[in-house]
Amino acid sequence: MILAILETAKNALSEASLETVTAARDLAQKTNDSVAALLIGKGVRALAASLRGVSAVLIADDERFESYVPEAFAKIAAAAITQKSPKIVLAPGTETGNDLMARVGARLNLGLATNCTEFFVENGALKRVTRSNWGGSLLEEVEILSSPIVLTLAPHAIAAQSANGAAPSVETLSVALSEKEFRVRVRELIPSEKKGISLTDAKVVIGGGRGMGSAEAFQMLEELAALIGNAAVGATRVATNNNWRPHSDQIGQTGAQIAPDLYIACGISGAIQHMVGCKNSKKILAINKDAEAPIFQRADYGVIGDLHQIVPALIAELKRLKGA
Amino acid sequence: MKVLVCVKRVPDTGGGFKLTADGMRVDTTNVGFAISPHEECAVEEAIRIIEKHGGSSTVLTLGPPAAQEQLREAIAKGITGAILLEAEDYESWDPAATAQAIAETVKPLGFDILLFGNESADTCNYQVGLRVAHLLDLPCVTGIKALEIQDNRAIAKREVKEGWEVYEVALPAVFTVKEGINTPRHPSLRGIMSAKKVPIEQKRVTKPSTQLVRKALKKPQEGRQLEILGQGPEAVPKIVEKLRELGAI
Ligand SMILES: Cc1cc2nc3c(=O)[nH]c(=O)nc-3n(C[C@H](O)[C@H](O)[C@H](O)COP(=O)(O)OP(=O)(O)OC[C@H]3O[C@@H](n4cnc5c(N)ncnc54)[C@H](O)[C@@H]3O)c2cc1C
Ligand SMILES: Nc1ncnc2c1ncn2[C@@H]1O[C@H](COP(=O)(O)O)[C@@H](O)[C@H]1O
Repeated sequence: MILAILETAKNALSEASLETVTAARDLAQKTNDSVAALLIGKGVRALAASLRGVSAVLIADDERFESYVPEAFAKIAAAAITQKSPKIVLAPGTETGNDLMARVGARLNLGLATNCTEFFVENGALKRVTRSNWGGSLLEEVEILSSPIVLTLAPHAIAAQSANGAAPSVETLSVALSEKEFRVRVRELIPSEKKGISLTDAKVVIGGGRGMGSAEAFQMLEELAALIGNAAVGATRVATNNNWRPHSDQIGQTGAQIAPDLYIACGISGAIQHMVGCKNSKKILAINKDAEAPIFQRADYGVIGDLHQIVPALIAELKRLKGA
Repeated sequence: MKVLVCVKRVPDTGGGFKLTADGMRVDTTNVGFAISPHEECAVEEAIRIIEKHGGSSTVLTLGPPAAQEQLREAIAKGITGAILLEAEDYESWDPAATAQAIAETVKPLGFDILLFGNESADTCNYQVGLRVAHLLDLPCVTGIKALEIQDNRAIAKREVKEGWEVYEVALPAVFTVKEGINTPRHPSLRGIMSAKKVPIEQKRVTKPSTQLVRKALKKPQEGRQLEILGQGPEAVPKIVEKLRELGAI
């Protein structure tokens, strides 16, 4: 059996969970095995019947699981693994998925390969996986010696696909929980105050780096974004570390991962830790005064020159066109 | 308050990766070293906790003797003590092995707050902090971007899609930190000078059997073809043309 441990958000399976089920089904086909899913949360019972391509769904539906309860979830997941003896355990490589599976790995003394991107099956057995290093800038092939093999799937590594078939059997998993499993719990959930277009939703993102030179200079990127419309402004770590922009604007390995139609990089050298955050952009346009800057090897369009002349000229031209 | 912060020495390769001939490691010839930005923020957070609440802070790394560089950097910023778990082969330690060595070392030292990065910069395992917490039977909150200490409790905030999860846990506790929790300071010249004199506690450690074994490193495909649109403001009409072509305007 392959056990897919899934996560829910707002009473639905998350996109990362759908990708995980898809990967589990794919692995099961190659290893001639079946897939079971585990759902933990409040009200998850209602979601079980909608799953297809899995033979069984294990349910831990509890009033107290309104939010993530790390130690309780980990105890339940570990119990499911102990009871069902799957060969492979797969969960989404989201922040919460990785948190949960590291706790499960620690409890059961099992290795955990996080953020896997490829699976190598030989003679019906999973032999190796590829996992992301440096936030995806490098890939590492690893062999996992402990059994069952416990993995998380890197988000967006594969596309979620729906499956047909009969509704799965549903089984309630009851695991005794004590006070201790609630020592880490969410006391309060503060909804985020969304203002403007977010970096991850914008069609066009304009990024500024060290070449911007000051917080004030970012004003022209804001102006450009407003002229383009459905655009947001991002930054490099140099810009956020200089307090020119808040950290929430940072794009890269330790910042946001964006995938707009167009990324316009202004005064950015193109360090791999920055580029790994924007590599899923459809097109990248770089404005840099140094023709040798590494970003020109990682962009589709390049403009060589001083951004402090080019950006204002572009703004003036767009205004002129709008006025006309 | 006794605070521990764990950091990992990694190559600082901004321009691009060169791999060694056997394809097993990043070639570190002529490359500087750093720690993850998350860990830099964990160091800063440790210093701020001690500045506010008093006590001592210790930075720990499991790595080669050269990793003293990362320990001294943390001391130069204001950390008061350092531990080096010496292991030349630290790159082949898996997270469970690293956690075991760290937990054994820190268990008798009685830290109130143990800080880690959310994930290391190179191998991004997302688990050493949680595994240490499990071995010490301490509560752990991962990926935090705010931490507030009130007597013997800590309030930690974790950013999720919908907003902020606010956790409250009793100390001692483990936290894994994300960049954005603070803006790390630069060391002062005086700090750098006096850091040279602070003794580093050293202990040689040997790798237990590991469950994860690296077989190869490889670079993902990068396939973009550069088209130069021009030089300086004269390129503006070409840029506008591209914006139109891409449907951006
Ligand atoms: C583990 C790790 C994680 C990291 N995570 C991130 C991350 O998430 N995000 C991130 O951004 N960085 C990250 N970094 C840092 C990264 O390695 C680079 O240091 C950083 O991205 C460089 O930012 P920059 O391009 O703004 O600055 P620089 O590298 O200094 O480049 C500035 C560029 O601007 C150009 N320029 C200067 N003036 C002008 C002008 N007037 N007109 C046009 N061009 C000009 C220069 O030619 C140069 O190419 C990380 C580093 C590490 C080690
Ligand atoms: N060799 C090491 N020495 C000290 N701390 C480490 C080491 N490896 C990992 N850590 C800590 O554990 C965190 C998570 O690492 P990882 O599980 O590898 O992603 C890192 O950000 C560090 O704080």
